[in-house]
Amino acid sequence: MTSVSAATGIVAQDVCKSFGDHLVLDKVSLAVEEGTILALLGPNGAGKTTMVRILSTLIPADSGSMRIAGHDVVTDPDGVRAVIGVTGQFSAVDNLLTGAENLQLMADLRHLGREAGRRRAAELLEQFDLTDAAHKLLSTYSGGMRRRLDLAMTLVDQPRVIFLDEPTTGLDPRSRRTMWQIIRGLAAAGVTILLTTQYLDEADQLADRIAVLDQGRIVAEGTPAELKSRTPGGHVRLHFSRLDLLRSAAEFLPAAAPDQDQLVLQVPADGTVDSLRELLDELHRARIEVERLSIHAPDLDDVFFAVTSSHVSAQPYQDPTPQGAAKR
Amino acid sequence: MTTLAYALSDSRVMLRRNLKHQLRYPSMTVMLIGMPIVLLLLFVYVFGGQLGAGLGAHEGRSAYLDYVVPGLLLITVISVVQGTAIMVAMDMTGGIIDRFRTMAIARGSVLTGHVLGSLMQTLAGIAILIGVAFGLGFHSSAGPLHWFAAIGILALFAFALIWLAVALGLAAKSVETASNTPMVLFLLLFLSSGFVATATMPTVLRQFAEYQPFTPVADTVRGLLSGGAIGDHAIAAIAWSTGIAIVAYLWAIRLYNRRRAAEPN
Repeated sequence: MTSVSAATGIVAQDVCKSFGDHLVLDKVSLAVEEGTILALLGPNGAGKTTMVRILSTLIPADSGSMRIAGHDVVTDPDGVRAVIGVTGQFSAVDNLLTGAENLQLMADLRHLGREAGRRRAAELLEQFDLTDAAHKLLSTYSGGMRRRLDLAMTLVDQPRVIFLDEPTTGLDPRSRRTMWQIIRGLAAAGVTILLTTQYLDEADQLADRIAVLDQGRIVAEGTPAELKSRTPGGHVRLHFSRLDLLRSAAEFLPAAAPDQDQLVLQVPADGTVDSLRELLDELHRARIEVERLSIHAPDLDDVFFAVTSSHVSAQPYQDPTPQGAAKR
Repeated sequence: MTTLAYALSDSRVMLRRNLKHQLRYPSMTVMLIGMPIVLLLLFVYVFGGQLGAGLGAHEGRSAYLDYVVPGLLLITVISVVQGTAIMVAMDMTGGIIDRFRTMAIARGSVLTGHVLGSLMQTLAGIAILIGVAFGLGFHSSAGPLHWFAAIGILALFAFALIWLAVALGLAAKSVETASNTPMVLFLLLFLSSGFVATATMPTVLRQFAEYQPFTPVADTVRGLLSGGAIGDHAIAAIAWSTGIAIVAYLWAIRLYNRRRAAEPN
């Protein structure tokens, strides 16, 4: 856990929350340095949304302490509300108003004043590429436009801390890229961001640090590179032209996992050149003919499956490393 | 700005939002204000001949028109209130309410906006209905002061029912449920002196009708508009309105503050 100065960013210590008998968050601690992005990664039902709802003052925690930009969430919720912006999972827009009116509504509620509010609204419409649709009712907006407006509404008063709950769920790839660019731009401008996602590539693309949440507990935390280096799961896939070659290779390399349908042998490997040369030399000496090979470096998928408990059903291949199973 | 100034500013913003909604959702606004007019025509021209004969007047239909206008004014109130419940439920089931709750705005301003918006809608509906009634030949011997008092009583009662509708809208799990719950109010109105004199009802029904809120309100408004006596109906009407308003207000605030506090993700 990094140490974050109490005056900036987000700090949460030992946050617990139960709904009835169901423990949703079990002593969750996290810290987000000012101007950085933390991705809270986890499968459905891990407690990501609950964590965001607690930090954004929507629901109270059962226990634990939380400070947002120096304001205590429990004792000073209005202080927190004044510095945060929240974009929830379900679009928080007013469907009976136009895009411009939605932004003006936010400006009025932030007490920006008529003129300043109008200027800010126009600025955001421009920035989020919504100027053409500014005076259309939201019922005519596409999913991507809605999500952009949603985020624009969050940014009206230039909050210092932003919570994004699954900001790209349900978006097409292009809208997703646009959203990523916007989020990166915000962090570059010094905004502290906590985002939740169930997409590993999204966390990999955006986050400075990742916290993996599973069944209410943080099961792994670190930079994307740290998490990858800490997780086994790299392997070499050997492709064969005939079944008998695959069989003899599998006998020769007992640690590997054969796939008879695809004529592929999956050999655990750390991805270094030396180990690869050694493997190929051994195969050559044993006169086992390999058609071609591909190298698979550990990615966040491996991290995710290694540390979350749902990996048995969700995993696309058999994890060849015993640590992968032992870790949970 | 002070806290109070913020609260007023936020409530004004929410009221403006609410009035815009009424304009953007014209089908609902037209239906809520139009339905009482259709019912007025129905009561006067379909039922009016026969029901008016029961009043023992020469001109049965026009006598019944004079009698039934307070009942239709109450229909207007209920109709608007039904819209309130729907709009509140729409707000609460949509994502926008969570955005409001994560902003440093006056807590109750969302509800205040709904209440003031609906009250203005009620007054507009009442004005239109009275206009139509005059067009059909409605006679009133009331002076300006009587009119003022009659509208005041209706507005107070509407205020109470609007808070009740806000609470029902907050309590409803879906917009559909919210649109159904105020139906009970229609039933209560029909079991009051809104459309026929309670004296013509069977004993059990009459006793019920005489001790429920719609009867004193209808009788007070009728008395004020026709220049007749209002007796202690006015006191009962004010007492009922105040009582309902207080209970409904407290219920609504409780629901609003507690909302979603226990909802799993």
